[in-house]
Amino acid sequence: MHDLLTGLFFWIALGVCLIGMIVRFIMYFKGLSWRLDRVAYTSYPAAGFKGAVRSIYKWLIPFGTYGWRTQPFITVAFFGFHIGAVMIPLFLLGHSLFLKEKLGISFFTLNATFADILTWTVVVSAFFLVLRRMVLPEVRIMTTLYDYFILLISIAPFITGLLARYQVGDYSFWLNMHIFCGELLLIAIPFTKLSHVFLFFASRAQLGMDFGIKRGGMKGTKMAW
Amino acid sequence: MPEGKFCNKKPIDTAEGINELLSDTSGNNYYKEMEKLEIDSDLLWKTIQNTCKSRIRTWLEICAHCGMCAESCFLYQVNGRDPKQVPAYKIQSTLGEIIRKKGKVDNKFMRDTMEVAWAKCTCCNRCGTYCPHGIDTGIMFGYLRGLLYQQGFVPWELKIGAGMHRVYRAQMDVTDEDFVDTFEWMVEEYEDDYPGLTVPVDVEGADIMYTVNAREVKHYPEDLAEAAILFHIAGENWTVPSKGWEQTSLAMFAGDWAACKMQVETVYEAMERLKPVRMVGTECGHAHRATVIEGPYWAGRKNGQPPAESIHYVEWLAEALNTGKLKIDPHKRIKEPVTLQDSCNYIRNHGLKKATRDIMKHIVEPGYFIEMSPNKEHNYCCGGGGGFNGIGLFRKQRNIALITKRDQILATGAKLVLAPCHNCWDAIRDLEEEYEIGIRWSFLKPIVIKMLEIPEHLQPEE
Repeated sequence: MHDLLTGLFFWIALGVCLIGMIVRFIMYFKGLSWRLDRVAYTSYPAAGFKGAVRSIYKWLIPFGTYGWRTQPFITVAFFGFHIGAVMIPLFLLGHSLFLKEKLGISFFTLNATFADILTWTVVVSAFFLVLRRMVLPEVRIMTTLYDYFILLISIAPFITGLLARYQVGDYSFWLNMHIFCGELLLIAIPFTKLSHVFLFFASRAQLGMDFGIKRGGMKGTKMAW
Repeated sequence: MPEGKFCNKKPIDTAEGINELLSDTSGNNYYKEMEKLEIDSDLLWKTIQNTCKSRIRTWLEICAHCGMCAESCFLYQVNGRDPKQVPAYKIQSTLGEIIRKKGKVDNKFMRDTMEVAWAKCTCCNRCGTYCPHGIDTGIMFGYLRGLLYQQGFVPWELKIGAGMHRVYRAQMDVTDEDFVDTFEWMVEEYEDDYPGLTVPVDVEGADIMYTVNAREVKHYPEDLAEAAILFHIAGENWTVPSKGWEQTSLAMFAGDWAACKMQVETVYEAMERLKPVRMVGTECGHAHRATVIEGPYWAGRKNGQPPAESIHYVEWLAEALNTGKLKIDPHKRIKEPVTLQDSCNYIRNHGLKKATRDIMKHIVEPGYFIEMSPNKEHNYCCGGGGGFNGIGLFRKQRNIALITKRDQILATGAKLVLAPCHNCWDAIRDLEEEYEIGIRWSFLKPIVIKMLEIPEHLQPEE
């Protein structure tokens, strides 16, 4: 089972995720229309580029925008969740060794204690994100089962990873579950709301271009939209 | 009854059609007929397939339902934090639902959607700047209004307004002759006070081609005279076109994109005919948005620019004051607490905050200008934007919407509000009528004229 999960299944999951992301990313930009969106994308590449980069960059920084600053609770929960959710899969020592073996590439690795802290932060933040969905009327009204499902498949690899890490019960069972959940997550990315992991950049770039070209960027406004 | 006599899917293209609809007082029969209006689901779905591309589809798909847009919406705040006023909910439960159902929605749904599209969103675009994913709900509501207009579910006044643009190329029944005659008449009224004051009509190659809001012609003709006086004193080489003088677009509020194109093309034709160096539009927010920001795209101009460089009145005024073309008598500056309304359409959506602040520096004694909070790009809608002011059916909701601006103004302690935008000006007038907080409000032109230093050669002989 373990061999299958780390072999064929891994390649399928990675392939589906990467190809799916690339295809959807290209489709997104092919679907932009200067006429329908009313943005002269190609006429002002410099203003568009500046707007897009500023829009992405500022929103990636905790408290980097007015929007983040006005809502500190969600901002902390949001970044607590996302920083770990991006860093742990790529930079945890175990993941690094696995990626080195499979793909021949490895990035820097996280210190083990720091990795533990990050992982727990992801889980705790996810708890607060769920709580927020249940408690705040303005979030509850829009929350569907699908939103909980997305949160569940996002958090499952972290929870199973922790269970394996602390060897709760059968280590190899939790390890296999962890790998399975991780692969499920990879496959889900291009087909679900999780597509935001790459479409975030597309959508932010679009709005950045919109404001950068048409709605004030060329009049000297330096706002992060 | 699929198509009513008053309420139907056909745009109004004749003066008779406008009069007929106007004869239906307050749209009473119009709205009654709307209850039976059938939806052309095939057309609706086909239109969505042709026009709803990756931007809006991605917005609807990746919306995390996080509710971060809630607090950004003044209508959410001012309606008791009703979760049904959360921008993401408003668009997901309307446009999102139409798309999920592939256009197969019923009459009741469409009427409810009409209320959301015109009474729960002013297209101020504030929420768009608060969404981590960059989802601009205001843009989607603009798009949704187009779909509703196509199906005949549009507030009575806006159906008429769009018809006016189709028939008169103006938001009211003001003809080209009316415009020129009124402008000339108003200028004559002030000739004695300002010797040499004229209104140059259809002059080719002028530095400025001036365009207005038809309301000025019909209801506030002094505004035309004031514009002429300010250009005259500044020594500008200016003109007005006898055709293509109307900058506004109720068609934009209505979602009648074909009428938007017709309207804006008449202004662009005037630019092409008269070849001015620049166009200056009057103190109006949506007019600027329609003619300068969105208009080029309606007219199919790929570079997103009108045929001549086009600026808002506040840009011209700031420039005239900064360069000394207009000089303010320092003794006549405003010496009372005064605040400034930032119009969403050209501040948030065109970045002109510096121009208005420059003007305030010139016309207000230091220490008396008090900013609203929040301000500039983060300012709240006046409460009557996007057509909200003009819709009788939603007057109750509009009056609630005014509370945000009322409280913002009260917090400044100022009794004078400068509002260089027709829509904002109306909303602030209405909020004073409704809530009686004891404020005065004004456009910039009349305020500036009163404090100008007039060069000797332009002064009347004793």
